[in-house]
Amino acid sequence: MKRAWVLGGAAVIIAVFAWLLFGGLEKNMVFFLTPQELLAKGTEVVGVPVRLGGQVKPGSVVWDAKALDLRFTVTDGAGEMPVRSTGAPPQMFRDGMGVIVEGRVGAGGVFDATGLMVKHSNEYQAPKPGEEAHEKYKTLIQQSAP
Amino acid sequence: MIGLIAHSALLVSLATVVFGIVITPIAIRGERREWLQLTYGAVYTHFLLVTVATVAMVVALVTHDFSVSYVAAVGSRTTPLLFTVISLWGALEGSILFWAWVLALYAAAVVWVHHRRPGNLVPYAAMTLLVITAFFGVLLVGPADPFVPVFPVPADGPGPNTLLQNHILMAVHPPLLYLGYVGMSVPFAFAIGAILSSEGASNDWAHLSRRWMLASWAFLSAAIIAGMWWSYEVLGWGGYWAWDPVENASFLPWLTATAYLHSVMVLERRNMLRLWTLNLCVSTFVLTIFGTFLTRSGILSSVHAFTTGNIGYYFLAFIAIVLVASLVLVAGNSEHVRTKANLGGVASRETVFLLNNMFLTAVMLTVLIGTLYPLIAEAMRGVKVSVGEPFFNRMAIPAMVALIFLMGVGPALPWGSTTWEEARKRLVPPLAAAVVMGAIAVVAGASGVYSILAFAFVGYAAVGNLREYWVGMSARRRAHGENHAIALVRLIGGNRRRYGGYLAHIGILLVALGVAASSTFRSEREATLFPGESLTVAGHTVRLKSVWGREEPQRSVIGATMDVLGKDSSVIGTIHPRMNFYHVSDEPVPTPDVRSSIRGDLYVNLMAFESIGANATVKVIVEPLVPWIWFGGLVIVIGAAIGMFHGGRRSPAAGGRAPLARAASADGTE
Repeated sequence: MKRAWVLGGAAVIIAVFAWLLFGGLEKNMVFFLTPQELLAKGTEVVGVPVRLGGQVKPGSVVWDAKALDLRFTVTDGAGEMPVRSTGAPPQMFRDGMGVIVEGRVGAGGVFDATGLMVKHSNEYQAPKPGEEAHEKYKTLIQQSAP
Repeated sequence: MIGLIAHSALLVSLATVVFGIVITPIAIRGERREWLQLTYGAVYTHFLLVTVATVAMVVALVTHDFSVSYVAAVGSRTTPLLFTVISLWGALEGSILFWAWVLALYAAAVVWVHHRRPGNLVPYAAMTLLVITAFFGVLLVGPADPFVPVFPVPADGPGPNTLLQNHILMAVHPPLLYLGYVGMSVPFAFAIGAILSSEGASNDWAHLSRRWMLASWAFLSAAIIAGMWWSYEVLGWGGYWAWDPVENASFLPWLTATAYLHSVMVLERRNMLRLWTLNLCVSTFVLTIFGTFLTRSGILSSVHAFTTGNIGYYFLAFIAIVLVASLVLVAGNSEHVRTKANLGGVASRETVFLLNNMFLTAVMLTVLIGTLYPLIAEAMRGVKVSVGEPFFNRMAIPAMVALIFLMGVGPALPWGSTTWEEARKRLVPPLAAAVVMGAIAVVAGASGVYSILAFAFVGYAAVGNLREYWVGMSARRRAHGENHAIALVRLIGGNRRRYGGYLAHIGILLVALGVAASSTFRSEREATLFPGESLTVAGHTVRLKSVWGREEPQRSVIGATMDVLGKDSSVIGTIHPRMNFYHVSDEPVPTPDVRSSIRGDLYVNLMAFESIGANATVKVIVEPLVPWIWFGGLVIVIGAAIGMFHGGRRSPAAGGRAPLARAASADGTE
């Protein structure tokens, strides 16, 4: 009889725990979407945190260093999503590079980024001559040399 | 040549290990105990041979022998010597070799310390360790062979992963992690040994395994703190914990090991929870292997997932074997191992320990399921999701805050039972500290319920634990007329386990306070500055002086020199956030600069720079009490070390409940 009480109590605790756990998961999981998938969801995703994955559309990057305002477009070939981010871009942020942007679609249809990660994947394109990493800091090193 | 020697050593050692595994049951079943020397001999021989292979690898790395595949993959002539040596654990194959060496070291130490003990527990434990060893031995001659000959021999290599050669903590964090992770094989081996030798009905295996678990737990605690520190110093976002899968992987066995360290006390004092304690040994070990699987298989994307390959399948197979074998062994003998519930009053220390184990298990399951959920969702529903920090913070933090509270309750309550009156006398006074700490947090601007509770409970538990020292010291001073210092030293010396444990509690509380303060009161700002311009964050001002570049053998460094200004705008120091471009990678490694004081950190990271150095974009973060986290880690380790080297009061040689009775009477003061 006592054993039954203990087992019953344990079952209740486990059930409540599982309910809290999976409820928490459902509420806090973040979908990973491409621009096409994001656009297909329409207004359903406005204000919902998502991760947007794709490539930086060549020629779309505009960074205002003084205002720390970064704008670019993420594309997957089938859809395009304008993104707005405050803060400096990752140093190697370039046209055509794979990115994962964390944030949510704002009311104006622009994606407000809260986090920006450069993605290392097979989609990565080797930098063209003149765009290689060392081009960015070569001048500064030469200039600093005594 | 070196590769050939090492490879042969590994092959021979694998054969030795297999022989050791086979001979053990033959010796025991055939009642030929002298043959057990062969088991122990296999353990020692294996240790020597793996040492040869590991030393060979270090020599190959240092001499830049690019005919060895691992050296060709991670070596480089321009890498500084220290980082060349520590690249031993910088990539998959080398880290498996290092793991195997640490495991061999532990196995040899276990045999060395315990081989005189009569009975079959130690031989079977040694055999279990050899089985685990065999798995890593197979990896080393198969999918993770670091000694594959390379031809033609390259002239130079790419060097280690850039994230791993940017900070000195990479020399500290991985070895500590391995010492912690691998050491947890030992309690598992004793648990399995207990079942195989039919000694599961006694508590000896738990007595024997406790110190090994405590040592491993201390190493793992230090490793987690060092890993947090590394992430803080290298990743450039000013945080130390992000619930990243690999961070979670190191945290999971820590939780079950912590639960074990408490449940084993209940087992020793009250002779209950034996089966549960045994299961904790098994779970802890499985979680260490599972953690390695997560890190090394690349199954979950993570900042730390450095390698991919088919090695994941080997780990999965091994996890499956361990789980099935343990389940069969434990379930088949559970009636034998099980103890009867023997609870005293509700207000007793064992009640608190039961709650402690419940919360630790709940946190473990939460973190485990949260970590695996992306895989489950993708497999079951075909959607790609990630489970971010909000989930872990919302689900795990309440339980962790409750654990902090229990840390103050447990030490105040006696074993067995007590009157409510007595319990109230011990539990109520520290509430004053809780109110003070909570009030300070509210005045400072904390608004989250759990954040305020965390501060309050840290205060409560700190007083609860410190009072134990105070009460003990006062008693000694009255009884023996000792001064404060002598009374404290003798008090701790008289019961190291107990007072070492309380010190570890205080270390955890320091970590908790640092985490609570730095996450609640963090302020940050980002700005693009021209030389002469300044930025102020939470009363701290930095002014950009210059942006510069410098060439080093293995990397190019871009830096900003900034003045730190005092209240009266005088320069009180300089700070140099940098960005390191390693030649092998396009991507810079952030190298923030941190100015620490007892009150907290001023953290500056260089985010971007204009190509001729006209301006620099910096992020300035002010985080109170961060150094307390690192200091707390040190206190935890000191506490664990005190608890480990207690006198041999509980002689493991006498079986059954005799040692329990003796221990209980020796500690009758409690």
